[in-house]
This record gives sequence, structure tokens and C-alpha cells, in this order.
Amino acid sequence: MERKKTKSRREFIISSMRFGMVLSLGGVGGLAFRNSTKEQWVWQIDPFKCSWCGRCATHCVLNPSAVKCVHAYELCGYCDLCGGYLIPGHSARSTAAENQLCPTAAIERKFIEEPYYEYKINEDLCIGCAKCAEGCSAFGNGSLHLQVMHHLCVNCNECAIARACPSDAISRVKASGPYLMKGDFTSDGGET
Amino acid sequence: MKHITIILPVLLLLAIAITDQSHAQQRFPAPEFESGYEYPEVAAPEPRTLALEYVDVMVLLGFMLLTSWLVIRKRSRQWILWLSVLALLYFGFWKGGCICAVGSLQNMALSFSDPSYAVSYTVIAFFMLPLAFSLAFGRVFCASACPLGVIQDLVVINPVRVPVWIQRSLGIFPFVYLALAVLYAATGTDFIICRYDPFVGIFRMGAEFHLVILGISFLLIGMFVARPYCRFVCPYGALLKVTSMFSKYHLSITPAQCIQCKLCSGSCPFGAIEKPTTGKLMDDMKGRSGKFLLYAALIPLLVLVGGLTLSSAHVFLAKAHPDVYLAHLLIEEPAIINDPDNLDVQTFLASDRTLEELVVSAGEIQATFRTGTRYAGAFIGLVAGLFLVSQYVVRRRTDYEPNRGDCYSCGRCIRYCPVQKQDA
Repeated sequence: MERKKTKSRREFIISSMRFGMVLSLGGVGGLAFRNSTKEQWVWQIDPFKCSWCGRCATHCVLNPSAVKCVHAYELCGYCDLCGGYLIPGHSARSTAAENQLCPTAAIERKFIEEPYYEYKINEDLCIGCAKCAEGCSAFGNGSLHLQVMHHLCVNCNECAIARACPSDAISRVKASGPYLMKGDFTSDGGET
Repeated sequence: MKHITIILPVLLLLAIAITDQSHAQQRFPAPEFESGYEYPEVAAPEPRTLALEYVDVMVLLGFMLLTSWLVIRKRSRQWILWLSVLALLYFGFWKGGCICAVGSLQNMALSFSDPSYAVSYTVIAFFMLPLAFSLAFGRVFCASACPLGVIQDLVVINPVRVPVWIQRSLGIFPFVYLALAVLYAATGTDFIICRYDPFVGIFRMGAEFHLVILGISFLLIGMFVARPYCRFVCPYGALLKVTSMFSKYHLSITPAQCIQCKLCSGSCPFGAIEKPTTGKLMDDMKGRSGKFLLYAALIPLLVLVGGLTLSSAHVFLAKAHPDVYLAHLLIEEPAIINDPDNLDVQTFLASDRTLEELVVSAGEIQATFRTGTRYAGAFIGLVAGLFLVSQYVVRRRTDYEPNRGDCYSCGRCIRYCPVQKQDA
């Protein structure tokens, strides 16, 4: 008789604790839904905030980084003397390796017509070091800029580059507008 | 609310348009090509679709439903093992670890403290589902849905018995880690659980050097001290432990009446099997109710001491926030502005922000930390108090039973029970 009583008391405590926890869990969930969205978030770089520090190449959990240079062709001046392609103090305006700014020779220079040259990024070679983007912004139109490539990015819960970014240029954007390309802001992505 | 959804994108576009103009550097006009050249397409691969994120939630749900059935009805360690390997492959190596339930508690904390940080439904589901299942069936999430737990479970080779007092004392650390993780997430400083996740580097086959070392050491230790991360570190495990204590159903070692054969007593590598309370133990506990009452009365004091202790460290803890760190650096070492290699300082100097603005921002963050550390410290004090009190609670137990808080429902002990299920 005594035993039975203790047991039922314990059961009562356990079941009322359980009930309380179900309620609080429901409460937490309900509150969380008030500040929630159907959309998924992805990480992206605001090219206007980027200060080309080079940490995108070194701080991504992936190697090579999921950050790549993209080229907004419509902004490009197609210059022969390209600040993003040629190293400062280059000996000749040629495709020779010693004249290239890109450490992995990921920019392909192609003659279009006098006096215009097209600069195309080879994504497989690009490491996202932002040297070309810095040169292009310093001497040119700033058409070369960095973006997180979403077929590579593993979408970490907290982006390791965002944490290291000195200019706070990386933020979450909605997956429906996953890029913040220069010269094209038709996406409805927003910062948080 | 509806207005905001309309106004916000418009404002954003406007803001972008303004910044666009101020940043416009059209030093060289776009050429007018005569050769009929057309602009190549700019590469912009789409991210993973939303549908796949929902598939992940369904997979998680499926894994936990199946595990619950295997643990409680089917009672098969073999099946649980294979299911856990599948979970490791899918959530760990295929998906790369994110988003996971353990990390999601930080997103939840940040969304509560920062109204501009909206969480997606997937994150809420990943946070809620394992806890809900734990209330119903025990820690089935740990058994075979959590890739972090499973990778440790698979390397258990020769588990040693950790002395009970060490196991219980170290068991407080997950609650401390939980308090700090919520503090850092809610202040928008950092997601420390993700940052110091020892296994995600293994899933992705690449991480910072010190994290790889940490992950490998956890696995090496895990051969002898089973599931070290789950037992002594995992902050989400702390939550699951509490919910699992009050679960409706739970794994039982024996399918019918226990025959006291003691075969299962050494089978749990996690030290989660409780012995029956013998007469001697009950005698030992006699006269300890005084201590129980003493420690119970001490709880408010511990809460106070905890809150005060941690909040006295709020200046130090707040330095993890980049703004606070930078403000401290610039005030304490003004000469740092001449260091061209310090990227953070140089970027700050090149930006529009003034030192005054930075100091104001840092001061606000520090004030948030003062409040936050009080709560976090009080929580740690409460946990410590409850831990002390629980040392003097003895449940009358006649059989060998799993400790519902510590049991991961891995099913190892089921194999050791010679009792056959009687067909009714």
C-alpha cells in the first residue's frame, strides 16, 4: 500500500512536469513562429561594402573558397590597360604570367575588336582573393567583384567568412534573390 | 505586417539605388561594339531549392519515427545501428552538417532577441522535433538522427567505466556551454557551438587545423570514453536530457519481467544504467534528508552568486564581439592605427564610422552583456543547485533501469537481456 502511494506520487510529478514541458515547448515554438519566414536564407556579399581584404580566400570552410569573382560585363569598359588583370608595374600589356595580377591566372583575356578586350573568370581556378576586384575598383569601373557561389557554398549556419569580414559585407539574403550582383539589383533579396 | 513586406523591398531597392549611384565608378564608358559582340551571361548558379530543405525535415522526422519504433517496439540494436549509419551519411557527409538541431538553438535565441533576424521554418522544425520526440520517446534523436552523436557512437571500441561522481560533475558543463552559447547568440556576437563544432570538419573533409585536431582527439578519446562530446559538452543534449527525464515512453532493457540476472549491468558504455536500490544504499541515504533540505535552501543563494559572478566578467566576455574588441583595441593601443597589417583596424579607419560611433555601439553591446551574463550566471547557479540537491534524491528501484536523462536509446543493453518477450 505504502509502495503504491509513492509510485503514484512520482508518476504524478513526472506527468505534470511533462505537461509543463509540452506547454513550454509549444510556447517557444509559437513565439518562434512569430518571427519566422517561409523563405530559406543564404549568405551573400554586398559588393559595395566589400573592402577586398582577401579573407574570403582564407576563411571559407571550403578549400578553395565558395566565394568567386564574377564579372558584371555591362559595367566593364573592356579596356586594354586593365587594372584588374595586369599587375601594377607590368612589363608588357600581355597575357604573360608575370604581368597578371591574378595569382592563379583565373582571368582569361580575349581580344574582341580594336581596342576592346573581354575579361572572363575561370571559376575553377578562382580562389576569391579579391586582388582583381580591388584593382578593378581602384583603376577601372569596378565590374569585377566577389559573390558567394551557391552551387559551392554549403550554407553554414554561421558563415566563417562573415565572422571574419572586417567591413561587415556578408549577410543573409533570401534564397529567392541569392545574388547581389553589381549592375543588377532586380532580385528582392534583403539584408537582415 | 503586410505593409512592411511591401515597404521593405521598396525601401531596400531605393537604398541600393542610392548607394549604387554614390559608388558608381563608370570611369570608362561601356564600349559600343561594331562586331556584334554580345555580353556573355554572368554565372549565378541557384542555391538548393526550398523543397529540398523540407525534404530534410521529413527525413529527420522519418528517422526519429523509425528509431522510436525500433527502440520501443522492435527492440533491435542491429536496425538502430544501420539507421544511424544512414543518418551519418545523409546529415553528416552528404549535407555537410548544417543545419543541425544542435546549432539551431542559437538561431532560435538570436531570433528572440533580435526582431530583424527571422528564422526559417526548417530551423524551427530542426529545433523543435528532437525535443518533442524526446518528451514522447526519450533521446531517439541522439541514437540515430544526430550525425555528431552517431560518429562517436561508431568508434566506441573499449569503453571504460567513468566513475559516477566524475560523470555527474562533468555533466554540468553542457548546461554552462548552453548558457554561454545562448548568451553569445542572443547578443549577436557569435555562434560558438558552430564555431567549435569538432566534427563538422570531418564531414566536410576540411576545416581549420585546430578544429581537425579537436575532432580527431574527440574520436580517439571516444574509443575509450564513449560519446565524450554528447555526455560532457553538447548543449542541445542538455536540453534533451531534461525533456527525456520526463518522457512518456522510453526504452526498457527487458521486454518483460526483470529476472535480476545483472547481465546488462556492464553493457552500457555511457554509464546510463541504474542499479536497483539495495537495502544498504537506502540505509546510507537515511539521515541525508537534512542535506537535501540544506542544498534546496541554498539554491536561491547559488542563483544569486552565479548571476553576480558571471556578470562581473561581462567586460571580458563582451570582447568576443568584434565592435567591442575593436573599440578596446583602439583605445588601449592607439598606436595600432599605424599598423598596415591589421586589417580590422585599417578597414575601420577607411570606413565612414567614427571612433565615437564605435565606442557608443560597443558600450551598448557591453550593457546587453551585463544583463545577459546575469541571466546566464543565474541559470548556471540554478543548475548547480539542482545538481547538488539531486545527489540526495534516491529513487526506489527494484530492477536495472536506464537513466532516462542519460540514456541515448542506442539499444546496446537490449542484446544482453536473456528474457524473451512473452506472446500474450
